[in-house]
Amino acid sequence: MAENQKILVCAGTGCASSGALPIIDILKEEIKRQGLEETVTIVGTGCQGFCEKGPTIVIEPQHVLYTRVQGEDIAEIVASDVMKGERVERLLLLDTETQKPVTKMSDIRFFAKQHRIVLKNCGVIDPQRIQDYTLRDGYKALEKVLKEMKPNDVIEEVKKSGLRGRGGAGFPTGLKWSFCQQTPSDKKYIICNADEGDPGAFMDRSVLEGDPHSVIEGMLIGAYAMGVDEGYVYCRAEYPLAIKHLSIAIKQAEEAGFLGDNIFNSGFNFRLKVFAGAGAFVCGEETALMASIEGKRGMPRVRPPFPAVSGLWGKPTNINNVETWSNIPHIIRHGAEWYAQFGTEKSKGTKIFALTGKVNNTGLVEVPMGTTLREIIFDIGGGIQNGKAFKAVQIGGPSGGCLPENMLDLSVDYETLTNAGAMVGSGGLVIMDETTCMVDIARFFVNFSQKESCGKCTPCREGNKRMYDILDKITKGEGKIEDLDTLENLALTIKETSLCGLGQNAPNPVLATLKYFRHEFEAHILEHKCPAHVCSALLSYSIDADKCKKCSLCAKNCPANCIKGDKNTPYVINQDECIKCGTCMDKCKFGAVSRS
Amino acid sequence: MAGLATSFGSGAMTNSINEIPNAEVMFVIGSNTTEAHPVIGTKMRQALAKGAKLIVVDPRCIDLAEQADVWLRLRPGTDIALVNGIMHIILAKGWEDRGFIAERTEGFEKLKETLQKYTPEYTSQITGVPAEQLEEAARIYATAERAQIFYTLGITEHSCGTDNVLSLANLSMLTGHIGKESTGVNPLRGQNNVQGACDMGALPNVYPGYQQVSNPEVRAKFEAAWGVPLDPNPGFMIPDMFDAAVNKQLRALYIMGEDPVMTDADANHVRKGLKALDFLVVQEIFLSETALLADVVLPGASFAEKTGTVTNTERRFQMVNQAIKPLGNAKPDGEIICELANRMGYPFPYASSAEVMEEIAQLTPQFAGISHERLGTQGLQWPVPTADHPGTKFLHKGKFNRGKGLFVPCENQLPHEQPDKEYPLLLNTGRKLSHYNVFTQSSEGLIKNSPEELAELNPIDAKQIGISDGDVVKVASRRGELNTKVKVTERVPAGMLFMTLHYAGSPTNVLTNGAYDKVTKTYEYKVCGVKVSKL
Amino acid sequence: MEWFTITIDGREVSVPKGTTVLEACRMNNIPVPTLCHDPELTPSGACRLCVVQIEGMRNLPPSCVTQVAQGMKIETQNPKVRAARKTILELLVANHPLDCMTCEKMGNCSLAEYAYEYGVKGDVFAGEKRDLPVDNANPFIIRDPNKCILCGKCIKACTEIQGKSRLDFSFRGFNTQVGPAYNIPLNESDCDFCGSCVSVCPVGALTEKQMAGKGRPWEVTKVQTTCPFCGVGCNFDLNVKDGQVIGVTSNPQAPVNGKALCVKGRFGMDMIYSSRRVTTPLIRKDGVLVPAEWDEALDLVASKFREIKDAYGPNALAALSSAHCTNEENYLMQKFMRAVIGTNNVDHCART
Repeated sequence: MAENQKILVCAGTGCASSGALPIIDILKEEIKRQGLEETVTIVGTGCQGFCEKGPTIVIEPQHVLYTRVQGEDIAEIVASDVMKGERVERLLLLDTETQKPVTKMSDIRFFAKQHRIVLKNCGVIDPQRIQDYTLRDGYKALEKVLKEMKPNDVIEEVKKSGLRGRGGAGFPTGLKWSFCQQTPSDKKYIICNADEGDPGAFMDRSVLEGDPHSVIEGMLIGAYAMGVDEGYVYCRAEYPLAIKHLSIAIKQAEEAGFLGDNIFNSGFNFRLKVFAGAGAFVCGEETALMASIEGKRGMPRVRPPFPAVSGLWGKPTNINNVETWSNIPHIIRHGAEWYAQFGTEKSKGTKIFALTGKVNNTGLVEVPMGTTLREIIFDIGGGIQNGKAFKAVQIGGPSGGCLPENMLDLSVDYETLTNAGAMVGSGGLVIMDETTCMVDIARFFVNFSQKESCGKCTPCREGNKRMYDILDKITKGEGKIEDLDTLENLALTIKETSLCGLGQNAPNPVLATLKYFRHEFEAHILEHKCPAHVCSALLSYSIDADKCKKCSLCAKNCPANCIKGDKNTPYVINQDECIKCGTCMDKCKFGAVSRS
Repeated sequence: MAGLATSFGSGAMTNSINEIPNAEVMFVIGSNTTEAHPVIGTKMRQALAKGAKLIVVDPRCIDLAEQADVWLRLRPGTDIALVNGIMHIILAKGWEDRGFIAERTEGFEKLKETLQKYTPEYTSQITGVPAEQLEEAARIYATAERAQIFYTLGITEHSCGTDNVLSLANLSMLTGHIGKESTGVNPLRGQNNVQGACDMGALPNVYPGYQQVSNPEVRAKFEAAWGVPLDPNPGFMIPDMFDAAVNKQLRALYIMGEDPVMTDADANHVRKGLKALDFLVVQEIFLSETALLADVVLPGASFAEKTGTVTNTERRFQMVNQAIKPLGNAKPDGEIICELANRMGYPFPYASSAEVMEEIAQLTPQFAGISHERLGTQGLQWPVPTADHPGTKFLHKGKFNRGKGLFVPCENQLPHEQPDKEYPLLLNTGRKLSHYNVFTQSSEGLIKNSPEELAELNPIDAKQIGISDGDVVKVASRRGELNTKVKVTERVPAGMLFMTLHYAGSPTNVLTNGAYDKVTKTYEYKVCGVKVSKL
Repeated sequence: MEWFTITIDGREVSVPKGTTVLEACRMNNIPVPTLCHDPELTPSGACRLCVVQIEGMRNLPPSCVTQVAQGMKIETQNPKVRAARKTILELLVANHPLDCMTCEKMGNCSLAEYAYEYGVKGDVFAGEKRDLPVDNANPFIIRDPNKCILCGKCIKACTEIQGKSRLDFSFRGFNTQVGPAYNIPLNESDCDFCGSCVSVCPVGALTEKQMAGKGRPWEVTKVQTTCPFCGVGCNFDLNVKDGQVIGVTSNPQAPVNGKALCVKGRFGMDMIYSSRRVTTPLIRKDGVLVPAEWDEALDLVASKFREIKDAYGPNALAALSSAHCTNEENYLMQKFMRAVIGTNNVDHCART
């Protein structure tokens, strides 16, 4: 039995929703029952990244990962692994190739190919204890900055590191800071944009939940560099756990003297407030975000003036997102050269991606910039679920683009993805397989954008609605071939004339799917067929009378009640009433239901 | 106006309306600007949006009070004490502008003496305003680079109205806040051409341009121009007229475009005076309450039916242009006067109002450069001494019209009539946004929008009297009584009833006091005692 | 002042630093269509109709919020720019009722003007249109949200001119609307009915109720004049058709107020035609006021004045002049009393 063991239970939002919180209680109970309180520490951590396999726990120092742990597994884990050092094999992860259980966490392919800088502490420390952070060199970078560096030195260091904004646009962070620093004013603000709104992206939430002090420290360093004494974290209200952990962290940092007046006796003052957003996607846009903090409707305004000149309450303001701020302490601690060794020539460092969709290992992965899509999806992500074929990957959320298989070897960096018609964006990667209809996907994302459009500028408000109308028509088999030209022209006009990034990028999914999957559009229009069998208006279900065993399962489960038959007569679907939900096909045990 | 004329030598708004959006500090006293002068109110709100500071002095929680940095809720009629108290603090803190006082004013020592007793504690006792608020107001006003005072009838419609104005003039000179852009003392004039009517000498003591009738040189000039000998003695002011009518000293009255029965204080006394006349001519566009008492009613033309000029509160002459022919047999007032003059054997041979303006320009140095042609669409702000003068944006730059600014120390004076046991509530009067005096009662739309008087009463008083919001009550003073609907609201402090003077159905001026200021003879509309009882 | 030389549509022009591209175009009589722009309001860059092409710039920048820079090359009418504008107009028209024949704004509608210029018929994006209730419950303003093109000028007028902020956008995307809080009718909101919103609306979404059906813009003569109510001295245009005042519209050139007015100035002018007007002289006979001819009335007044003057002296007569009459009339009145009657007994309601 190892001395001083630690059991790290993931208590991030993902694992919490798959039942991690009761496990912590059961585990505590069990450790107490076994009289191990002196030697075994239980830590509720932030996201460990492997959300697909949650709840996950890690036992240290053995460095063992147990996945999909349930309450009834706890006694066994404690009895075998903790007390005897014997692995509970059935809870270990199987290697995707060898199909053998992996005992050491670092050997798991999902983790092996990652390089964790921002996520270094996530899943390892208790985010509600500031000591956990300081023990891992937390606030050392702040101390270094305040004691050894001038504001300009800090900005130079960040510039040298090559760090670019992780919120999507990829603007060089150091340069952005220098603009704010150079604007003279009696008052300036910095803001952390934690209004993570892309469907499928959750890296900012995980960082705030799992390592909130790293964001606070990053902001403190930025505040010092830019001459700012007040900051906000604008966090979407849908992230209660992130807000809770952040608020606890702010309070602890204040008590420890890292926030407040005269920090480290340097004369530097900084105060930080958390502002819960009101739930609009567009508030991720910096000018809309500031309007929202000011108590106004979250609507973007034209730039210039840029926030660095006139931002919150008309004062110079710098905004970076969670991941960007969180990179800062690492850059300061290890130096710009160290940071710049990761990544490509123009895109330095690492980037966190949120892998979702039809991929085996959904979760958070942090990789150096320049890693290929194939590595991320197949090596780290473990490939496509259920042995299906890969079809496309949507990168950068609803404003990104869908890339097909022949682009999987593209390097993930700002320029390459933008040139391909997608974008790094906030780092959402939605993986689609052969059962995904690309017209339907374009419709889905445009629908998201048109509903989230703030309504201010004409092309975004009216144009996205009409793009949606056209796509909807096509998925229903009512499209005309001229619609594709209308769609493309409209998409380009929206892109070129919209006020903010939401409108300028909303047509990306349409333009990219038109570019790479035009044949699917044409199949819907010319052949009235949905190749992926998704668009219900173009589908029909029928029952093969020969294969039908007259078990009645299809009829009993049909929500439209439109399947008739009896013990003696094979079941038949009334096509007029069929809503094409596919339930009959799923329920039939004999493969008698077919779709065309 | 007499107050400012005494202190500065000229009784008009010192600055321009379009300087307001760039204001740094606004000191608004006795003016519910957003309702009584709505577009000036909007300019003030524009200034606030740009970060201007606002001090509001008003017993009522008017809209501006809600946006104020400091709201001084003084007891009605204690303005002099309040302003003296603020000046006391300014001197105690050394915030006065010594250079300005030395170079551009006289009478400072006497003022200083008077101010001595107005300590914060003493002032607070009289006004009911906490000492800290007085100090905050003093600090904001005195330490600003540019600060403007705005006041209107809440200052002048008191029996001590002239002294109220003198006090404000003292405050501005003490801090050097006058004679600069966005810096001065600004009386907001009530009616569209009250400035012009004064400017034109429709006053018993002056000819056009405030040239004194008692001044022999001036008189000689007008006698020469008009070709008749002129009376060197000032005539009756309005309150004198009704008194003189009652005692038969005055026999005939010619009223043009006024409705004193509705608008003058102590309406019953006014009515009595008018009825005592031998002959009353009313020249009006509406069959007003006053017209109903006339022997002859002459139908005037509305502003849309004639051409001429009016002068706004910022001294700007502007054109009124005829858009339609006079209704029915109505005639422009000027034409009627000319016809009467002709019939009286003194021909008024003017072919147009532009010709009248030429004569005005010839006889009045400060309007000498004004003509209809020059006014065009943009108007001109007097003084305009020559035909190529661009007009005057703000007054008293570098030098006061009277030379040195004069400090006239004033002591606090109680209103003529205070609430007492019999009439326990203080009646305060004013306007509301949706109406203008008694004029807008003729607009169907405005009446629909705001159909009746809603007298404001504090919930404490309402409870004591036993009435609730929307009740109709009887209001009585020593002079008369009326019925009105009540709005129960904390906008008014306990002990106060607030009414407008817009509605013939609730003619507020039957209640008000005919007491008036000793100099200007402006009625004390703002304070009298009333009682409210259930119907 | 620093001046920049720029090229617009191949023409070299000089404009001061700080000028927007739109201003530069308008200074040089180069037309650029706008719907959300108003010189009295801060620019919002919302309608995107004023887009132009600028060499070296990504996308098509809106000219109303883009400042000129030295050497800038601007194209305002090339096919790409015109196509983008046409698409924007198509989008607006697709969601706009086409009842122009009966619309109060006909002849003065910016959307109709540009749709005509760009050949927009409204058939490209035919589809769903809004169907929201019209707010007609107050005496002054008809608010038809279905005609609203969401340019936001009314919101800015309420906020920036009036300092009131009674209007704002609500909902998102295609469902975006403008209205008072909770989209209640205006008369139930805190609206003061200053009508500044109406004065800036480029389409028929906000119209004057009192003028509805009274005349088309080309039938109306506008006469600038000064408001007869308070002492601020706002100017506005009386709208006259067939010798009748049918209403009031703002005049942006008004020196004191620009487009701002209050409820009385903008909506109170129906008092000209009030039933309380006296339009013929009246003489009291047997205690009753009865209509009379002018000559009779004037002769009577003149003779009575003379009689009283002769019997009791000039100081037995007095006049109340008027703060509502013109300067010229006040001058005449005091001259009449002083020179004709011979008394200084002239005063007016100078203090209210």
